[in-house]
Amino acid sequence: MDIKGLNVTVHDMTLRDGMHPMRHQITLEQMQAVATALDAAGVPLIEVTHGDGLGGSSITYGFGAHTDEDYLKAVIPLMKRAKVSALLLPGIGTEDDLRMAADCGIHTIRVATHCTEADVSEQHIKLGRKLGLDTVGFLMMAHMNTPEGLVKQAKLMEGYGANCIYVTDSAGHLLPDGVAARISAVRAVLKPETELGFHGHNNLSMGVANSIAAVAAGARRIDAASAGLGAGAGNTQTEVFVAVCKLMGIETGIDLLAIEDVAEDLVVPMRKEPQRISRDALTLGYAGVYGSFLGFAARAGKKYGIPAREILIELGRQKFVGGQEDLIEDTAMTMARQRPAA
Amino acid sequence: MDKIRCAIIGPGNIGTDLLYKLKRSEVLEPVWMVGIVPDSEGLARARDMGLKTTADGVDGLLPHVAADGVQIAFDATSAGAHKANSDKLTALGVRMIDLTPAAIGPYCIPPINLGAHAGRNEMNVNMVTCGGQATIPMVRAVARVQEVEYGEIVATVSSRSVGPGTRKNIDEFTQTTAAAVAGVGGAKKGKAIIVINPAEPPLIMRDTVLCLTQDEPKQAEITASVHAMLAEVQTYVPGYTLVNGPVFDGKRVAIYLQVKGRGDYLPTYAGNLDIMTAAATRTAETFARHMLGTTAATV
Repeated sequence: MDIKGLNVTVHDMTLRDGMHPMRHQITLEQMQAVATALDAAGVPLIEVTHGDGLGGSSITYGFGAHTDEDYLKAVIPLMKRAKVSALLLPGIGTEDDLRMAADCGIHTIRVATHCTEADVSEQHIKLGRKLGLDTVGFLMMAHMNTPEGLVKQAKLMEGYGANCIYVTDSAGHLLPDGVAARISAVRAVLKPETELGFHGHNNLSMGVANSIAAVAAGARRIDAASAGLGAGAGNTQTEVFVAVCKLMGIETGIDLLAIEDVAEDLVVPMRKEPQRISRDALTLGYAGVYGSFLGFAARAGKKYGIPAREILIELGRQKFVGGQEDLIEDTAMTMARQRPAA
Repeated sequence: MDKIRCAIIGPGNIGTDLLYKLKRSEVLEPVWMVGIVPDSEGLARARDMGLKTTADGVDGLLPHVAADGVQIAFDATSAGAHKANSDKLTALGVRMIDLTPAAIGPYCIPPINLGAHAGRNEMNVNMVTCGGQATIPMVRAVARVQEVEYGEIVATVSSRSVGPGTRKNIDEFTQTTAAAVAGVGGAKKGKAIIVINPAEPPLIMRDTVLCLTQDEPKQAEITASVHAMLAEVQTYVPGYTLVNGPVFDGKRVAIYLQVKGRGDYLPTYAGNLDIMTAAATRTAETFARHMLGTTAATV
């Protein structure tokens, strides 16, 4: 398919998925500075809040430096062109959280479930539509379902009222063929007016390649983060994606030099440690493990003397899904106990 | 020994598992199963097990309450149907044990407040949620030692064990459980999270209890209290086990639990459903002993 001339909406993840490596401690001032610069660079949609979405602030996932409400109220009034979105995982966030975010002025709500559990999103997708929001169904860990399986789940979300469906590669495990197969299958059965999106991670260095494959297969929204700031080895790097789009003739409406500067001048200096495809991040991608488990496994590994990589492989073996961060320390303790004394 | 006669409303998975448990009871005798679908499997199974059945809902049971001496009814239908069921039956003096999320009566977590409810002759008690039954005893185990500023629980359940009702209104789980973590568990503030995992073979229910204490945790006392509570819950849920913990990290106390079901009607991985029917049975047994005047031997 010729993708030249297509318009793609880049959805910024720096201030939401990027909260994972920042352990949810991005300050209000940093959020405002980054969001303002993204807006000025022409990024049309920016996600804000705790890394695990509305209501994510907790012992289990880490308390945020500020409440979701504070973050949204700090960022939304400063936006000249960009709209702001929030993420909600049913089971963690609630309708009350969604109403709060709508009152703050979000434009988009993304309701996220594991890729086989779309029917827990009905309540929140329906409320999103009732509140007049751009409402997205977000199917996480998409590598754990077949294209045909994803189609069924996507249809459920579309049926509840979602006007856009995401194939979300939370583990950064998919390769371009797998992305294309999933997006194409979903595209073939959803209503033509229902948009498709793709959310990639860089654990196998596939963020940009997968995003381009998604566009070619019919996705029109692509998630990306400045300097790739995000869980695991990070998200699709916005500035690289924008550059590749320019070379391929895909329109993003984003100024390349300005978005490079956001990454280099604002986001890179903010990072606690360099983001790279470490052996642990590579393990996430290779074994198909939820991206935000990385830091938890590293900390539990240190505490109980088990290499993080071994913990991540065990979590993959036990088919952990997003949200099970609470059991990472438990798993490390059990592994330490079963290990012969050194 | 005399037995208190009971009715079960709702012949689905929960109602049927409950029936198996009541059949074993020394003080309860299930006599009626109430449904709304005449040819339902659940009603047929109950008939095979010797119960009288009606497919006319609670209205079909009402004319027989006095004659058959029904004194306790379990509602395993839905939040929407519960109030009408309860109003009709409590008017006849039948005590209601509510397994729906309706919660028009006070929350009941057996090792914490069942004795008090029985003493007050409460006519309607609510069994909170599966996650609540699994975790709130442990919140209490910490809070009875010292002030808990914040209690958080995470319930991870197999996809196969989560029915369409729960999925349609998942907030009912998170909000009800969070309210009871505070109200019954004794934390100043509560939060609840549910995670649904589709792995095959299905995972056995896991529950994590996380508390932030106001002052430095009294480790030895909390550990002893947790083990005492564990033994108490195990008296009615034998598959309730402590996998790891309590683990102390600053003011954070972490308790890692597993709930394996008894496999009565539901498979063993569905510990989340088993702990609900087990807690409801324990509640009815305690009420029954009060009614029979043999309270000494109970909680």
